[in-house]
Amino acid sequence: MSAPGVSLEVRDLRKSWGATDVLKGVNFDIHAGGFLTLLGPSGCGKSTALKLISGLETVTGGHILIGDQDVTGVAAAERNLGMVFQNYALFPHMSVAENIIYGLKVRKVPKAKQQASLKRVAELMALSPLLDRKPAQLSGGQQQRVALARVLVSDRPLVLMDEPLSNLDAKLRVEIRSEIRSLNKQLGITVLYVTHDQSEALSMSDTVVLMSDGQASQIGTPQELYDQPANTFAASFIGTPPMNLLAAADVTLPDWVAARVKTDHADLLVGVRPETMTLGGAGADFSATCKVLSVEYEGSVFLVHLVSASGARFILAHHGADAPQVGEDITVSWDNDAAHLFSSASGQRLSSG
Amino acid sequence: MNKRLPFGLAMIMLVIPCLLLVAFTHYPALRALLNSFWNNASSRRPSKFVGVENYQTLLEDDRLVQVMLNSTFYALGTIPLAIGLAIGMALLVNAKLPGTSLMRLSFFMPTMLPMIAVANIWLFFYAPGIGLASQILGVFGLPPINFLGSTETSLISMMFVAVWKEAGLFMIFYLAALQAVPENLKDAARLEGAGPVRIFFNIVLPLLRPTTIFVAVNALINAFRLVDHVIVMTRGGPNNSSALLLYYVYEVTFSQRDFAYGATLTVLMVCLLGVLAAVQYWVLNRKAHYQ
Repeated sequence: MSAPGVSLEVRDLRKSWGATDVLKGVNFDIHAGGFLTLLGPSGCGKSTALKLISGLETVTGGHILIGDQDVTGVAAAERNLGMVFQNYALFPHMSVAENIIYGLKVRKVPKAKQQASLKRVAELMALSPLLDRKPAQLSGGQQQRVALARVLVSDRPLVLMDEPLSNLDAKLRVEIRSEIRSLNKQLGITVLYVTHDQSEALSMSDTVVLMSDGQASQIGTPQELYDQPANTFAASFIGTPPMNLLAAADVTLPDWVAARVKTDHADLLVGVRPETMTLGGAGADFSATCKVLSVEYEGSVFLVHLVSASGARFILAHHGADAPQVGEDITVSWDNDAAHLFSSASGQRLSSG
Repeated sequence: MNKRLPFGLAMIMLVIPCLLLVAFTHYPALRALLNSFWNNASSRRPSKFVGVENYQTLLEDDRLVQVMLNSTFYALGTIPLAIGLAIGMALLVNAKLPGTSLMRLSFFMPTMLPMIAVANIWLFFYAPGIGLASQILGVFGLPPINFLGSTETSLISMMFVAVWKEAGLFMIFYLAALQAVPENLKDAARLEGAGPVRIFFNIVLPLLRPTTIFVAVNALINAFRLVDHVIVMTRGGPNNSSALLLYYVYEVTFSQRDFAYGATLTVLMVCLLGVLAAVQYWVLNRKAHYQ
């Protein structure tokens, strides 16, 4: 039914606005039919990267290959890709149907074929009863589906999405998230997705490119980013709540650390996810003594906010009913497997622990 | 916040603006309406009630027909041209070109000048023989034209000035509207393969429609209210060829001192403006909002 996806490769992509380097040489690639997410905080260059790939902005350096063809200098309209914009970018003066087939009209597709394509995507996206409405008469979720339909109607093999869910409420966001994911799998189109929401990125993507300050900080599968953060930025960006990073001085370390890790004790940072720590210290590899600052009830877990002897704050996710009391002095501990070691000077991961 | 104004002072502050409004707006309006049913007083006989006689005169007034035709021609000629120019200038200024702020200033300059000053400047441009317009004609070897002094060209010459002056003001409205057109709508159209011209006609122009309606109706009302130009440049002449409605009212009332007929013409004009304003509200409310 739909064109199968194409591969996308980005080589040493650079963009500068005057003296400001927004992208400082980014590399990544997606296989045909894949789902790649550019994840990062605002200002990290992820939306700029998307604009460069779409052709709406010109690159300062580097290459963009779509299906093995270098399209770096090719006009946006000739790159054969679709884009879903953050605010949907629906034309307010056109009906839903006109919005969807606008591109077909521009490209002078025969009327009969326009209508057939319209019917097909309207059914796919459950928009058939809404075709005569104006965008302003639709709910946020419906507008989002129109924006998706407008992209799907042209059978583009590559679709770019710029934070498409950020204007939706939480419940709808989860619904459309799975809808987008299933479109990607069903139709075989390649999706390049941009978001600042790490849970979106982890739940949808085949590959995540975590970006920071114009560079790819880590590239990998969602599991790799979660289990093996390559640096302190990845560690503190992924996960809710994110990984705790403690100075070595606050932690009782097992003996092997000193033997195997080639760094100063003062430079060592110990990372541990809140959900892999346990209360009590008997027989564990790593442990830390601390005081309970506050306890937050989250339904399935208690988030226990702790402060170490040196004043560093961190969080433990506690399963079960017997949460510690506020003000209590406790010991927390975790296994070798749960520990992540970083250099605080370089921010890089030191060992798999 | 809870301090109360003394009652007397409150009344004074209420009454003073009301008095001004009554003295300069409501009373004259009512007086004009009443005057239109009475004939003109002279030193020999006082004014007396004549019913709709003045309105019968109105229907048989050949000069009024000419003036209404002039006003209509003036409106239809200047408004589309000024709007077209305004959109063009706004697009030019909105494009990120060097020297944009200088361009913006020069486009807006005519609007900032007082009407009388504009009229005087153009009187000089149009002066037969020595004026700028005649000299330009001279360069191309054409004979000078008495722009304001001949029946064929006086109205058109005045319309030209009006377009020159009004377009800058309209440009400001369009500039604001253009800057409110979301960039991603244009991006979306561009990705679908639409070129700049197509994007302008498919996306930008429809989104400017509320502005166009607003500008057009206001310009229409202004066209029927215009008087300063006419007084300074042509005094309606020659042979009424450049007389517009409000100028005619002015002339009848203050040159011919026919207050009764002047009042009748005023009532006609107020009705006309009222209808235009009503149309404006109706159209704006119905058509102009997308969101």
